[in-house]
Amino acid sequence: MAEYQNIFTQVQVAGAPDLGIDNDNRIADERYGTPVISRLLGWVGNAQVGPVHLGMYGVIAVASAGIWFVIVGMNMFAQVGWSIPEFIRQLFWLALEPPSPKYGLSFPPLNDGGWFLIAGFFFAVALCAWWVRTYELARQHKMGKHVAWAYLALMWLIFVLGLFRPILMGSWSEAVPYGIFPHLDWTAAFSIRYGNLYYDPFHCLSIAFLYGSVLLFAMHAGTILAVSRFGGDRELEQIYDRGTASERAALFWRWTMGFNATMEGIHRWAWWFAVLTPVTGGIGILLTGTVVDNWFLWAVAHHFAPSYDGALGYAAYSATGG
Amino acid sequence: MALKWMNDWSRANPKDIWRPAVSIGVVGVVLMFAAALVTIGQPFKTVSMQTGPRGEGAVVVKFPQTQVDPTAADYVSQDPVKPQPGDKLAKDIYKNVQVLGDLTDANFTRLMVSMAQWVAPEQGCAFCHGDGDISTYSEDKLYTKVIARRMIQMTQDINENWSGHVQAVGEAGVNCFTCHRGQNIPSGVWYRIDPVNKVMAGWGAVQNRVTLQSQYTSLPSDALEQYLLEGKNILVSAQTVRDKTDTASIQDTERTFSLMNYIDNSLNVNCTFCHSTRAFWDTSQVTPQWATALLGIQMVNALNNTYLVPLQSVFPAEQLGPVHQDAPKLACNTCHKGYHLPLNGTDMIKDWPELASSAPPKY
Repeated sequence: MAEYQNIFTQVQVAGAPDLGIDNDNRIADERYGTPVISRLLGWVGNAQVGPVHLGMYGVIAVASAGIWFVIVGMNMFAQVGWSIPEFIRQLFWLALEPPSPKYGLSFPPLNDGGWFLIAGFFFAVALCAWWVRTYELARQHKMGKHVAWAYLALMWLIFVLGLFRPILMGSWSEAVPYGIFPHLDWTAAFSIRYGNLYYDPFHCLSIAFLYGSVLLFAMHAGTILAVSRFGGDRELEQIYDRGTASERAALFWRWTMGFNATMEGIHRWAWWFAVLTPVTGGIGILLTGTVVDNWFLWAVAHHFAPSYDGALGYAAYSATGG
Repeated sequence: MALKWMNDWSRANPKDIWRPAVSIGVVGVVLMFAAALVTIGQPFKTVSMQTGPRGEGAVVVKFPQTQVDPTAADYVSQDPVKPQPGDKLAKDIYKNVQVLGDLTDANFTRLMVSMAQWVAPEQGCAFCHGDGDISTYSEDKLYTKVIARRMIQMTQDINENWSGHVQAVGEAGVNCFTCHRGQNIPSGVWYRIDPVNKVMAGWGAVQNRVTLQSQYTSLPSDALEQYLLEGKNILVSAQTVRDKTDTASIQDTERTFSLMNYIDNSLNVNCTFCHSTRAFWDTSQVTPQWATALLGIQMVNALNNTYLVPLQSVFPAEQLGPVHQDAPKLACNTCHKGYHLPLNGTDMIKDWPELASSAPPKY
């Protein structure tokens, strides 16, 4: 089989580890760890692991996220009576739940949401510190801040769910629990409570951008893999010095659907679709219960909920088999 | 190797055998699967029951083998005996007949024998009346007899006052067998088990456990208690676009969802059996079965509070709840047992006018 027809990266160039730039900004000061070359990791990514930039914000983020993780984990562990087999067996069911509704925005007892608020505080600190880290590292590398802004879009959705909306609703009990199945329970209940979230237009937009992101990701990755035999996987070179890989990729799409993105523009498509998914989703969540209490009725009022004619109940259909 | 000439020949005539071998293998396996599907049939076949207009996903999907309740075949019944003028009534013959006293001796005995077959086929009469001589049968020494009397009254109450539920699809009604199916304690009875999470308090204490009450989900385990015993309001959705009076929480919604899961699993149906999923709360978009279910919820509340909870002091300790020592309670699954028509809709009161009403039976 040809070399490009492989799910792994086959050609790995091994040499002295690349230590990266150290020109100004004291950029190498907080880089830690001796680089390791891993052939196994090279199959799926860059073979070199490390060094890693720690930095103050990185340390704060990792420590805060660690505290959050331990608080959630220890609460779950306590709930099964400190039994390791039960912890493993019920892990997907366990959760650290937000306070009961009666506590509003006050601080509840530790075992009725208090630990949840403490954990949530450290979660928020970790998110913010990590954002500063992405921004600072981009600045030191004299890069654009695209990753930081995209990450901020995710933070917007998380803060809407766990901070902004609960405050607007006047109760921490509105927040999403920390648990595998329980956070899905919350999601289902949220839609049922507010008359079907599928009629929330911002939820519609979020879904469109989410599915669009998936489609764009598949189209772009498929295109680049398909022209990697012509050097198309070296995207940056293709952007400033367009070669036959770019030409073929562009022609493929132009002749397939009449329009094609460019080697640079496709990444703008992808960035905006990805960013707009949580941005629109967060708007949709924030409006729910604060501005609109029943999205189905809102859709009826705005003439986009269809009406269906026909009987309801199986008896009307059982004779003919539907 | 032994066959040197073969190895030499192979080396001199290289052939790619892997490519055709893999291709033929793949094609062959696909063909075998296709042939098996055609001859043996689809092993995971489902049947679909449409419950609303097209475009809404209004369909209940089931496996064919779960459509018909096989335990219905175990049901035994006896035709009533037409009373003759001059027949003496049970209350005049026997002592301490508090219910069923207006039955003739023949019908009284016929019902007693059938009850033994339905509820205690192994123990027989002794299950309620003890091992003593027939002259001791009037005694109320055994708790089973006291409960059985109350259950007869409950059965009459159900058939008399809740026909909107138990006769929603033609005459069916209930008798002892509907719940008991040959067992002393019917399947599908339930007890209070909350808090399921003792180290937590409030909202975190009643959920996130694999329990029968939560249908093995992480939803709250106190839904049956809140809605089928306490009669709490099930409706959680707002009724207008901006409804500030509505205060149901996400937690209330999860509890409602838990109850709905329980009903679905008890009847082996899904949401669309009763609801249009686009507006669960909208009573103008529900099927006739929704009203039947609503009546059922009210009936279960009434029966639990009128009949079962007060029996708590009568039950022996080993039959009380493991956490709160509460009486066993009934709910949808106690009768339905996984079928939306219990016992496939068998008419359970056709032969039993004695159980169809608390008034003297008409034959």
